[in-house]
Amino acid sequence: MAYSDKVLDHYENPRNVGSLDKNDPNVGTGMVGAPACGDVMKLMIKVNDAGIIEDAKFKTYGCGSAIASSSLVTEWLKGRTIDQAYAIKNSEIAEELALPPVKIHCSVLAEDAIKAAVADIKAKQAAKQAA
Amino acid sequence: MSDKEVMNERAPIYLDYSATTPVDPRVAAVMIPYLTEHYGNPASRSHPYGWTAEKAVENAREEVAKLVGADPREIVWTSGATESNNLAIKGAANFYASTKGKHILTIATEHKAVIDAVRELERQGFTATYLEPEPDGLVDLAKFKAAIQPDTVLASVMLVNNEIGVIQDITAIGNICREAGVIFHVDAAQATGKVVIDLENLPVDLMSFSAHKTYGPKGIGALYVRRKPRIRIESQMHGGGHERGMRSGTLATHQIAGMGEAFRLARIEMATENERIRMLRDKLLHGLQGIEETYVNGDLEHRIPHNLNISFNYVEGESLIMAVKGIAVSSGSACTSASLEPSYVLRALGRSDELAHSSIRFSIGRFTTEADVDYTIDLMKSKIEKLRELSPLWEMFKDGIDISKVQWAAH
Amino acid sequence: MNAYFDHNSTTALRTEVLEAMLPFMVRQHGNPTSRHSFGRTARTAVEHAREQVAAAVGAYANQIVFTASGTEANNFAIHGICSNLEPAQILTSAIEHPCVSRPALAMQVADSQVKAWQAKSIKVDSNCNINMTHLQNLLQAPTNLVSVMLANNETGVMQDIAKIAELTRKHKAYVHTDAVQALGKIPVDFFALNVHAMTISSHKVGGPLGAGALVLDKRIDIQPLLYGGGQERGLRSGTENVAAIVGFGVACELALSNLTAFDMHTDNLRQHLETGLDKLNAVIFGRDGLRIPNTSFFAFTNLDGETLVTALDKVGFAVASGSACSSDSDKPSHVLLAMGVDEDLARGAVRVSFGMNNTLDQVQHFLKALEHEVTRLRNLTAIAA
Repeated sequence: MAYSDKVLDHYENPRNVGSLDKNDPNVGTGMVGAPACGDVMKLMIKVNDAGIIEDAKFKTYGCGSAIASSSLVTEWLKGRTIDQAYAIKNSEIAEELALPPVKIHCSVLAEDAIKAAVADIKAKQAAKQAA
Repeated sequence: MSDKEVMNERAPIYLDYSATTPVDPRVAAVMIPYLTEHYGNPASRSHPYGWTAEKAVENAREEVAKLVGADPREIVWTSGATESNNLAIKGAANFYASTKGKHILTIATEHKAVIDAVRELERQGFTATYLEPEPDGLVDLAKFKAAIQPDTVLASVMLVNNEIGVIQDITAIGNICREAGVIFHVDAAQATGKVVIDLENLPVDLMSFSAHKTYGPKGIGALYVRRKPRIRIESQMHGGGHERGMRSGTLATHQIAGMGEAFRLARIEMATENERIRMLRDKLLHGLQGIEETYVNGDLEHRIPHNLNISFNYVEGESLIMAVKGIAVSSGSACTSASLEPSYVLRALGRSDELAHSSIRFSIGRFTTEADVDYTIDLMKSKIEKLRELSPLWEMFKDGIDISKVQWAAH
Repeated sequence: MNAYFDHNSTTALRTEVLEAMLPFMVRQHGNPTSRHSFGRTARTAVEHAREQVAAAVGAYANQIVFTASGTEANNFAIHGICSNLEPAQILTSAIEHPCVSRPALAMQVADSQVKAWQAKSIKVDSNCNINMTHLQNLLQAPTNLVSVMLANNETGVMQDIAKIAELTRKHKAYVHTDAVQALGKIPVDFFALNVHAMTISSHKVGGPLGAGALVLDKRIDIQPLLYGGGQERGLRSGTENVAAIVGFGVACELALSNLTAFDMHTDNLRQHLETGLDKLNAVIFGRDGLRIPNTSFFAFTNLDGETLVTALDKVGFAVASGSACSSDSDKPSHVLLAMGVDEDLARGAVRVSFGMNNTLDQVQHFLKALEHEVTRLRNLTAIAA
């Protein structure tokens, strides 16, 4: 499998590896995929009161493309609003990393991880307002 | 350029001898004259070009026969183990179907060439049983015996598994087949030069061989077809009637000569070579067992010394292969690595998909050195640590979460 | 004087071919299915060879399925195309190589109950050309496949495959051609021939033994002959013979660039040979047909060919009596019998097939030796009579 230089770069030097405090009310967590399928992505975003993503961290169990996809989105997410984050499409990720057709599912997973993290933070915010 | 990059720049260490071996330079030296000065079609009977080729072919046939304790007249050349397996299984099943029946018994961990040949027979109206091995990869004899049906025509069991290297007890399995009147085929592609094979005393009717797993060239193999009692097969390739009508097609003299020399070297050097390789394998095994959460796949005792198949829990196999560019290894069998499916062999052993995904097959061979093994151990240790730092599953494991209990969203 | 005049049987490997192959035998030894660098290097080499082979036959790379030999490709074509069809006729010409006619017969034999599969033979005329009227008559019954070779291995006579294909396609049958003896000797264009499948072989074009290919119209549904690891897009399982495939590719490239020279050189040699043969009153088979330039198939009345071939060999000339594959049997050439040649004359047939490294000098020496032997043997026969 020939990986693009961008995939290799993210894979060799993944950005923003790690975790944020999951109990922090400003932190949303998205965990998608399944070990049985060969990939699991955990994406955490920290959102400030203005709704801007201040920080993003990831951990990924999966192939090089899955690691690169999640590493790339952590870079993209910082500074965006959660709505802008929600609008990120897998095709943009796939295009940026020049993913081969058999690896498109990695970009889908990254998009799912963003959506799951955004949904989590929205749920937390809703719960906070309700309280 | 950092030190790490410099390491990656050098040619990787080859630890994938089960996928294919390099041609031994001594074998290449025997082959080359048949490509240059002694070219000729071995079937040409009218001039010395043909005679020289034919002599080389018959000499090689003797060498192949010698390594496995067979009579040269029992050796049929093929283009490789895939063709041998197809010819043995389809050829014998079709020949004996009308007298013995139309059921095939094989093992779920066989090579694809066996599994898919049996599947093709199923499409032609045969039935088949794909017996699951025990978790250690070995066939349970009682279960094997119980799986034989009154209409079983053929059983096919590999001598050495290509992914996990376990050695099946083909003597016992063959005796069960003999008692039941079932034709017994053995895929020995991964076995030559690694385990002693004495067909004179083995209850085996058909056996497949490959040259390129034993330091010979690609594109050449052989099928052993027992003469006493005589086993018949229906030819799958028709034409000039070469190989006593069992397999037509012009023979590639240089490749046959290469296979003969490779098998001759294997016969002479096997004992000492296996000792050296066992020492290297054990060193690798001990080194890798120093890493937490590693699982050896397949029985360690009934196993060729060349193979070590290990799962590194919480690390994904493909990313692992990317991480270990300094060594050339495979995850699962080479023949299935184009797909994203976890190894069907490891799944048949009852390994979870995660462990199957994170498996690496190290296969050691003639040109592996102790320094190669040391380098591999260090590389594996550092890369696994790095990938586990990246792995959410490792984090959960360290937090004491039982991953098998987690509800995963399917995707 | 030594001379190899049996290039239709197998050819010497060209130096460039050997040089291209060697690295893939020893150093670059990877299995193309492996994903590490050894495997990727092997994969790249196989795919490059595929391009070279495709270019030699005017096809696209993805139409090439590598096999271990021409025999395998022919078996694959006939078995593979017919397995997916309802039983009907398979028509092969009377002059086909057994690796075309036998698989067709095997389809018929395997179908012992229904008898709906029928392998039938298409007649040829005395010049070794397909009898088109006979083909047309045969095609009146439901037919699955017609297989006719592009150039005959013994006489060298070429068939008008495009015309045969046109007629066959009108009857909704598939067309296969065995182009093993044509490739490297005449231009071969898969699309111009208008066939569904075409067989080619490495060792007949200066490549190594151990590689062949079936060129396929991608729209046809074909069943594999070998099952397993799913190589060659699932159509031909088994680890690719990388070195042989690389050699095949380079040989194709060289043969393609060398076509005109080959034509001029071997045709010139043959003209000299046949002028000499005429003086000796030889019968030259298929001479009035359109022939590949390098082949001459002839006999002398009342002279045993086997004896002649052995005598020629003693003085250093490697020629063939009939085709290599049937030289084991004492039956006369089935090609000559199909052409209506008398059995005794056919038994004495000798085939000369030239290659690039043959010289005019060799031909002249050969003619001298031939004259000597023919005179000697005729005298012997005369005494015996």
